[in-house]
Amino acid sequence: MDLRYTDEEEQFRTELRAWLESVLPDVGPTPDRSDWPARRAYDSRWQRTLHDAGYAGINWPRDYGGRGASPTEHLIFLEETERARAPYVGMNFVGLLHAGPTLVVEATPEQKEHHLPGILRGDHIWCQGFSEPSAGSDLASLRCRAVRDGDDYVVSGQKIWTSFAHVADYCEMLVRTDTDAPKHRGITWLIMPMDAPGIDVRPLRTMEGSTEFCEMYLDEVRIPVSNRVGNENDGWRVAMVTLSFERGTAFVSEMLDSMELCRELAELARKVTRRGGTAWDDLGLRRELGMLAAELDALWALTRRNISEATRTGLVGAGGNVFKLAYTDLRHRMGDLALRLLDRASLSLDDIGELPTGRHVQGRIHALSMSIAAGTSQVQKNIVAERLLGQPKERGWTSG
Amino acid sequence: MDFWVTDDQVALAEGMRAFVAGRFPAEWLHSVEETDAVLDRTKWRELGDMGVFSLRSDGMGAREATLVYEELGRGLVPGPLVATHLAAELIDGAADGTRIVSMFEPSGGVTMIEHATEVDDLLWFDGHDLRRIDPASLTLDPVGRPLDPLGPVLICLDGLDQVRSNSAVIATGTPVRELSELGVLLTAALQVGVAAAATDLANEYAKGREQFGRPIGSFQAVKHMLAEMFVHADVARAAVRAGGCALDDASDAEPARAVSGAKAVAGHAALFCGKTGIQIHGGMGFTWEVDAQRYWKRAVALDVSFGSTDDHSLAIADMLIRP
Ligand SMILES: Cc1cc2nc3c(=O)[nH]c(=O)nc-3n(C[C@H](O)[C@H](O)[C@H](O)COP(=O)(O)OP(=O)(O)OC[C@H]3O[C@@H](n4cnc5c(N)ncnc54)[C@H](O)[C@@H]3O)c2cc1C
Repeated sequence: MDLRYTDEEEQFRTELRAWLESVLPDVGPTPDRSDWPARRAYDSRWQRTLHDAGYAGINWPRDYGGRGASPTEHLIFLEETERARAPYVGMNFVGLLHAGPTLVVEATPEQKEHHLPGILRGDHIWCQGFSEPSAGSDLASLRCRAVRDGDDYVVSGQKIWTSFAHVADYCEMLVRTDTDAPKHRGITWLIMPMDAPGIDVRPLRTMEGSTEFCEMYLDEVRIPVSNRVGNENDGWRVAMVTLSFERGTAFVSEMLDSMELCRELAELARKVTRRGGTAWDDLGLRRELGMLAAELDALWALTRRNISEATRTGLVGAGGNVFKLAYTDLRHRMGDLALRLLDRASLSLDDIGELPTGRHVQGRIHALSMSIAAGTSQVQKNIVAERLLGQPKERGWTSG
Repeated sequence: MDFWVTDDQVALAEGMRAFVAGRFPAEWLHSVEETDAVLDRTKWRELGDMGVFSLRSDGMGAREATLVYEELGRGLVPGPLVATHLAAELIDGAADGTRIVSMFEPSGGVTMIEHATEVDDLLWFDGHDLRRIDPASLTLDPVGRPLDPLGPVLICLDGLDQVRSNSAVIATGTPVRELSELGVLLTAALQVGVAAAATDLANEYAKGREQFGRPIGSFQAVKHMLAEMFVHADVARAAVRAGGCALDDASDAEPARAVSGAKAVAGHAALFCGKTGIQIHGGMGFTWEVDAQRYWKRAVALDVSFGSTDDHSLAIADMLIRP
């Protein structure tokens, strides 16, 4: 049990820090949130910059163009990029963290050669077409149909909550290829080019007013059989590979940012006037803030434990679910506190003069999605109780 | 960076768990509860022989100590385990368990001392000084019905100035601060043990107890309570172990913040798991017989020892604004 970094790890950090200092001045300001072409260009350019310096696909194997870094180096990478306020992975998220790693494990050599370099260079944006209107938590009940016709699958159905579908080049799709088999067994994983005829992408407005995710209507979209990853009807297993990548390091940047947010809330509390003094005079508020900071420290420790486990075993075990449950709950409470602190200033989604209202109010809204996306907190609790604590599994709806 | 228990550390914890199960079984705990003398000097020396009080002088660190104390908390081992550990290098006989040392922790005008008439010395963190008090010099009034019968308490009727003049300063300055940080952390380790044990007990009960023709653990409301208990205990464990790294210089975290954070998070976890464990046991949880209530009571006692969750949360808030 040692939280100190080795000399090698520190060396990696030092080089990375120097590199970040050299490139960040040229990155330019983050584009407007609703300017999608500009956002795409910004995210792709940053990914290309990482790629050219050998930092793309930091945890991907070297054979596939990654850096082959250890889980700890991956953590350091996320820590340093956050500290330096470098751009986030942005819309390269699905490609780098879901689809790409799945292809690394499951795809044919041709598929890998065709797709992995584009993801690493930031040339190709991917989206994830898993959820459907009637298949969310119960993902395996998905109905989007794929019928074999010669060398193609003909796909019809509907997908929803597909983040970045309106800018993506490819979609990792789950489709139903056998309607008679038990629900987990009739699913196939396909690579769908987003320019194929028959795809109708309609942006869905989120509660923030943004258009991060979309609905996709698919009408007899032809996808070559050569775009299938894994065997026909074995897509559920392939998808589980993908979902396991969502755990572990997925929230590191965010969590470090939350620690900063917590410090900012303390500063804000010392400025905001209340009842003849400042909000900081309110011991209850101060105690809550202290507790949130303590919990964030604890989650940072948990993250490093999970990373250490991944180093030793290659997997993040129970810690991934524990982290997501605890972190999303914390972000809800922290968001509530921020709104209470802002009081009437919380009524604006944008900054008001010197007040960083935008960051805090948008952060509060963001927390509302965190306990839903990538497995709701209720489903996470089912998983903890059934898989880790050994409670009886419920038939029909379960932890999967 | 390798924040994972080593094989030696696992062996240490397993050894302690087996020792605790063998020497402090539930039947024994339940029987001493009915008497005034909870502490058993033979068993206390056995704890000393196991290195519970001396392990840091034996070449181990705060990290190993947290693993050992988690097991002691899990087993509800009664007595001033933390105070005696802190006294190991200051009071002859504490390290091997021949002297038992408890805490003098005045708070809000009352001073409640656990095991005051069963111990040989008391420690008092009095600002920058650490004082040693002879319990025989105090005017004590026993509490008729202690909340935690495994931790009988007495009220000290003497004023603090009087106690001060009847006590000796045995350490001052930096070593006192370091000992106090260690005390906070080891108490947090006990809390993690309590939280984990309460979770395990409720988890097993939920598998066996049937209602509506099926185990109550198949009801999602119960599953979710269990999952929340597990999450609280696991997060707290990570915080406590990180605190151990901080005190052992195996981390760049500031010790004061790391131990305060561990105490706040573990304190909350123990109280949460304690009460939820009772809820999961239903009416059985409200009986004297079932240990669920013992975990909750111990959680309360530990929360008000070495600074409460509230105290440490406030301390951390102040650290947030320090330049
Ligand atoms: C911001 C955001 C981005 C997303 N991006 C994508 C994406 O890119 N691609 C994609 O495929 N999907 C995406 N999703 C979809 C996401 O995975 C689903 O929303 C999620 O799995 C929940 O499914 P649902 O919305 O159908 O809710 P439902 O499953 O209908 O759940 C509704 C409520 O019922 C509860 N519930 C459901 N089943 C159970 C159960 N068994 N036990 C207890 N409670 C239960 C849930 O916890 C929830 O509170 C995104 C979602 C969000 C919010």
